Amino acid sequence: MNSIFRPALVLFVALSVICGVFYPALITGIGQAAFASQAQGSLVSANGKIVGSSLIGQAFSSPQYFWGRPSATSPMPNNAAASSGSNQGSLNPALIDAVKARIDALKAADPENTAAIPVDLVTASASGLDPEISAAAAYYQANRIARARHLSLEQVKKLITTQEKPQYFGFLGETRVNVLALNLALDQGIGK
Amino acid sequence: MSAQSLLLLGILLSLLFALAYPLGLYLAKIGESTTTFGWISKLEHGLYRLAGIDPNSSMNWKTYAFALLVFNGIGTLAVYAVQRLQTSLPLNPQAFPNVSPDSAFNTAVSFVSNTNWQGYAGESTMSYFTQMLALTGQNFFSAATGMAVAYALIRGFASHSTKTIGNFWVDITRSTLYVLLPLSTVFAIFLMGQGVIQNFSSYQEVSLLDPVTYSQAKTTADGQPLKDEKGNPVMENVTVKTQTLALGPVASQEAIKLLGTNGGGFFNANSAHPFENPTPLSNFFEMLSILLIPTALCFAFGKMVGDMRQGWAILGAMTLIFVLLSSVVLVAEQQAHPALQALNVDQTSSALQAGGNMEGKESRFGASASALFAAITTTTSCGAVNSMHDSFMPLGGMVPLILMQFGEVVFGGVGSGLYGMLIFAILAVFIAGLMIGRTPEYLGKKIQAFEMKMTSIVILVTPVLVLSCTALALMSDAGTSSIANPNAHGFAEILYAFSSAANNNGSAFAGLNANTPFYNSLLAMAMWFGRFAMIIPILAIAGSLAEKKRLEVTAGTMPTHGVLFIALLISVVVLVGVLNYVPALALGPIVEHLQLFAR
Repeated sequence: MNSIFRPALVLFVALSVICGVFYPALITGIGQAAFASQAQGSLVSANGKIVGSSLIGQAFSSPQYFWGRPSATSPMPNNAAASSGSNQGSLNPALIDAVKARIDALKAADPENTAAIPVDLVTASASGLDPEISAAAAYYQANRIARARHLSLEQVKKLITTQEKPQYFGFLGETRVNVLALNLALDQGIGK
Repeated sequence: MSAQSLLLLGILLSLLFALAYPLGLYLAKIGESTTTFGWISKLEHGLYRLAGIDPNSSMNWKTYAFALLVFNGIGTLAVYAVQRLQTSLPLNPQAFPNVSPDSAFNTAVSFVSNTNWQGYAGESTMSYFTQMLALTGQNFFSAATGMAVAYALIRGFASHSTKTIGNFWVDITRSTLYVLLPLSTVFAIFLMGQGVIQNFSSYQEVSLLDPVTYSQAKTTADGQPLKDEKGNPVMENVTVKTQTLALGPVASQEAIKLLGTNGGGFFNANSAHPFENPTPLSNFFEMLSILLIPTALCFAFGKMVGDMRQGWAILGAMTLIFVLLSSVVLVAEQQAHPALQALNVDQTSSALQAGGNMEGKESRFGASASALFAAITTTTSCGAVNSMHDSFMPLGGMVPLILMQFGEVVFGGVGSGLYGMLIFAILAVFIAGLMIGRTPEYLGKKIQAFEMKMTSIVILVTPVLVLSCTALALMSDAGTSSIANPNAHGFAEILYAFSSAANNNGSAFAGLNANTPFYNSLLAMAMWFGRFAMIIPILAIAGSLAEKKRLEVTAGTMPTHGVLFIALLISVVVLVGVLNYVPALALGPIVEHLQLFAR
């Protein structure tokens, strides 16, 4: 018996220290040295205070800001301490009701806009923290932003274009824009 | 299928084979216990001395199985204990309480069995200490255990008339030190470069540009929901000006989570969370790393039995099934939802948006990279998700279910995929032998009554667990009260949970509230037996095969490397899967599909 239990126990403890202490410590050391900003959460500062992470979406709802993906986290949307999707199935009536409510909110903020609404603007993201929207979803909101901020439509569209992240090589990623970056640029008067 | 999806699939598979081939040859060297590398070999032999292990001794299958069970039993107890004691342990900056007994038990079994099913939400339950010591540790050990069993079975085929199948301690130590740790270190560094976090800070408060107002149920002083005179909850509006970002040592766990086909996320949203999977490039390599070791082990198998064509045949069968089924998900998720179409929502794919079914998907991945990830994570026994499978289109969600129900042998888990597929290969040569009236042989070893009895156990264990547990859950209030989605999809949530648990996958139709004593216990049972009730008969087969002579190839030997054998192997896998599960699938996703597109 001892020929099994001693090796099992000693190996378990020793390998746990190697894989569960030394390895994470090594990765942390490398991360803090080589990728300090990323390892700490890619935080973004403006006017001397931290206003978010470029990787974590925020719940914008004022007309002068670009809105991000709907979020199904609780109790508040975009709760970055409790990531979650809606998990609603395609036949769930609650899904259709939620989409309708989001369409109504978009229409109420921009009644003249009759374009078809891009799908990612009315469907909840997987993490509830999606920092980005499709380029289509940004252009859809351009009119409302221009009106609320007294900018020309061209200025807003130009801002979106400069922030666009492309799809690479025809398969890697989707054309999209970071919502926090757009809104920070608007607040700082870029695009005027 | 769109050009984008085709390109993604094609480039991924090409790169996978290019990387897996050399890795496979290296894995064969590790399994044959001949190669050592500089200072790591000093560490390796230091460990053996410390533990009193003679690395040159070899075990018979019973000792091997006993050692495996003891090691994994200690792991289960340790993971349970760390969760139950986390308030008294360091690195708990958010002061999370001890995990409840049923949830801790479920999680312990889940991580030991390489399932990594998660009934809990990581960022609101587990301390950094629990995550990195208990959970990350098991990410390594469960993968190493899978590799060890695969090595043992390969040795059973490769050896000539011996009583032993290798040394379990040597197999897990070498798999961990020479394979899993170096690969994880490289991958973790790459992931941090992409934006995956790695720190021990407490959660970060940030000030919002635009305050968030939401309504929540008012509570009384003692925490009970306040009701008005009609019994409805009283709602109040709350405005917050800050956001709290969950942090932690994520990159180190993320790397082995994928390379070890574990799949247990640091955060609740798993690889959909931007801190786990921030960019399309990180996503591409996460998909690649899930498939890497299972694919490489096919080449290692060919190398170790002395005939690379045998490895190619196994891999060929896996790849064909995978390409066919992943195409179904890729097409399904690019479909337009009829009800959203009626609301004038733009779901077309264009230069400016991914389009398709975006509920439960991230903008940076879109429909293609989400659908492909879903197929990869379920064809292997990984179970990490970058999108919410519960919100997939009915057929898009059915394929992941089928891929798990095939027994996780199409690529499958690290080690478990190969040993599972070799069992199907034994069944295939047995059926072929019956047809032509010869004693079946595989790789020169006669397949006889003992092997076939053990093969039957291995093949029947998971369907029995899945179907009986699903039936049990459906017949009890404790089972049905956790359902989130109405009608056929609610049934599919339960079927998915047990298919995932018994086949050690770990992904979920996550609407199902599985963090209840009922599900925590029943799923833990399914995970434990789905893992070890397969491993023990497989080690018995390995032991029995090792004792046999390796017969020479004659004119009467059925070749097991040609197109005919690949077709036979595919048919056996598909036939067994289909016969077991078609009635259950018809009640779930197939009904849903007809309902959704009937109008």
